[in-house]
Amino acid sequence: MATLIDENTRIIVQGFTGKIGTFHAQEMIDYGSNVVGGVTPGKGGQMHLGLPVFNTVKEAVKQVGAEASIVFVPPAFAADSIMEAADAGIRYCVSITDGIPTQDMMTVKNFLRRFPKKTRMMLTGPNCSGTISPGRAMLGIMPGHIYIQGNVGVVGRSGTLGYEAADQMRRLGIGISTSVGIGGDPIIGSSHRDILEKLEQDPETKIALMIGEIGGPQEVEAGKFAKENMSKPLIAYIAGLTAPEGRRMGHAGAIISSAGESAAEKVAILKDLGVIICPTPSLMGKTVADVLARM
Amino acid sequence: MNIHEYQAKEILAGYGVKIPEGGLAYNTEEAIQRAREIEGDTWVVKAQIHSGARGKAGGIKVCKTHDEVEAAAEALLGKNLVTHQTGPVGKICSRIYIEAGSNITKELYLSFMIDRSTEGVIMIGSAQGGMEIETLAKTDPEAIHKIYIEPAVGLQDFQARKMAFALKLDTTLLNHAVKTIKACYRALRDLDANSVEINPLVVTENNELFALDAKMDFDENALFRRHKIAELRDNTQVDSREVAAAESGLSYVGLDGDIGCMINGAGLAMATMDMIKLAGGEPANFLDVGGGASAERTERAFRLVLADQGVKAMLVNIFAGINRCDWIAEGVVHAVKNIDMKIPLVVRLSGTNVEEGRRIITESGLPIITADTLADAAEKVVKARNEKVAQASKGE
Repeated sequence: MATLIDENTRIIVQGFTGKIGTFHAQEMIDYGSNVVGGVTPGKGGQMHLGLPVFNTVKEAVKQVGAEASIVFVPPAFAADSIMEAADAGIRYCVSITDGIPTQDMMTVKNFLRRFPKKTRMMLTGPNCSGTISPGRAMLGIMPGHIYIQGNVGVVGRSGTLGYEAADQMRRLGIGISTSVGIGGDPIIGSSHRDILEKLEQDPETKIALMIGEIGGPQEVEAGKFAKENMSKPLIAYIAGLTAPEGRRMGHAGAIISSAGESAAEKVAILKDLGVIICPTPSLMGKTVADVLARM
Repeated sequence: MNIHEYQAKEILAGYGVKIPEGGLAYNTEEAIQRAREIEGDTWVVKAQIHSGARGKAGGIKVCKTHDEVEAAAEALLGKNLVTHQTGPVGKICSRIYIEAGSNITKELYLSFMIDRSTEGVIMIGSAQGGMEIETLAKTDPEAIHKIYIEPAVGLQDFQARKMAFALKLDTTLLNHAVKTIKACYRALRDLDANSVEINPLVVTENNELFALDAKMDFDENALFRRHKIAELRDNTQVDSREVAAAESGLSYVGLDGDIGCMINGAGLAMATMDMIKLAGGEPANFLDVGGGASAERTERAFRLVLADQGVKAMLVNIFAGINRCDWIAEGVVHAVKNIDMKIPLVVRLSGTNVEEGRRIITESGLPIITADTLADAAEKVVKARNEKVAQASKGE
């Protein structure tokens, strides 16, 4: 099976009956994801898109065996929904919601750490495009048709830049094993490093592509992890060469606030760590192709 | 979101941080009145702008008489103050803060911020206050003390004492220092602040601890539940284009180049700007139009980019995921027809229904340059910009 999700993964949608939840639930079903229901507190017992609606995540786990969830709940309530999923025994949760307060995410991360590692829910996002195992399952909001199945694992902060990478690879006939959007917020569920760890363990992934950006320590941490723990080649592109210091570039987390956080600095450090650098965003597909050709 | 010094001081004072006596003024009469109300023989007139390093830029004036206060107020009010943090245009000073002068024996540094790597709060202090912490980090990193605070447990007294000792404070000030340190932490946590900075925190001749300056930055995502903080927003301190963008739900950052950009998604926007730079151009802005680029939204985004008179060419790069290229193409054609565009426009569409989108652009008969790939788009827009500049110089 693919890492994180596959065609058998039993998925529920939190914020199922809302406009956005409904639209993307249908897209996921059409892609072939095994969506088994949804949660909207107060609407339990109803049917929506032909699937059962539950009042709580716990009920969904109990009655339809939910293993993974996707959160479309508005920002003010999203942290609560994520913690409810963790408490109910959901294994993997993707939070799409953009605009969750940073301190709420601090609380979520603290809450998750209370669980022993074995039973701890894995979270990606918030403010991300989700996770896709092409040809198998989509737990996200990406356009599924631009991804083809293959052996490249992709992790990135940005949604559309991830699509750009998938599209460049598709044009070259290169497929993807799993692609994970980790989100653009300052505090997020899983880091680049956490996803690389999964990709390293995944037998279907031959190489990994990391699409990073300015701000925060994550890309460098991932580079250090790769140097010490990865047998598979890691390619990285870091966006934001032209970003001025101290300005937020769209993503709440894309801000150069201390030394080592600019694109140029990150690239230099990653290069030293032996990561293969993709020099421009138009060469993501080609760089992957070149590395694959040498393997 | 940033707030003014006087606002941050008021908030922190409410939590128990001692601040010098002071008052706000919008005009010179009020400034003199404030000075009369404050006892003593020295007053400091401080420009209220959202920027540090105001002293070097002449934004802080020490006055010995009421006449000097008047002169200082006149010199500052209504003027644009340029610091190394404001950019070349500077920021308008429309309020001043009149404060009692302090006899300082020691200047310290104290700050709290959300730390991304530990996902908690970090407290930073130094016995060498007054200068910028970034400068100190380079010249004397040993002088900076950091204490990590576990958010689930909160700041403990022993940690506050540890910081007080690191600041080399006299033991007679220990209790007050602990109170001050804990107050700042509580303010950060209670109000969803990203950071609280007191620089300098001073010890006076009377052996008292005062916050002489204060800066707070708040989480925009949490303002929905911090109504009182949200009211402190001062749009005169923000680039007017960024204010307009925010009102339209767009994310915009003005830059120094002359190639306007409109892109969907923050990451793709940064990547596209990288491509422009690598092709020899300079982006005029960052602009993320978000996921659902409707015709109306597209037109607003166009107007925003073109409001910058310095823009010589424009690049639109949209990766249609959930939305479709044909809808975006219609939006672009509609916007170009509605706005009298005088500069070259390069459009690159990809994703869902891309052929249909390109057909709509081509058949519109408008002078829109289309591009296939990211590299192609960047090269074409830089070339168009260069031709436009060459043409303009010939015209002169």
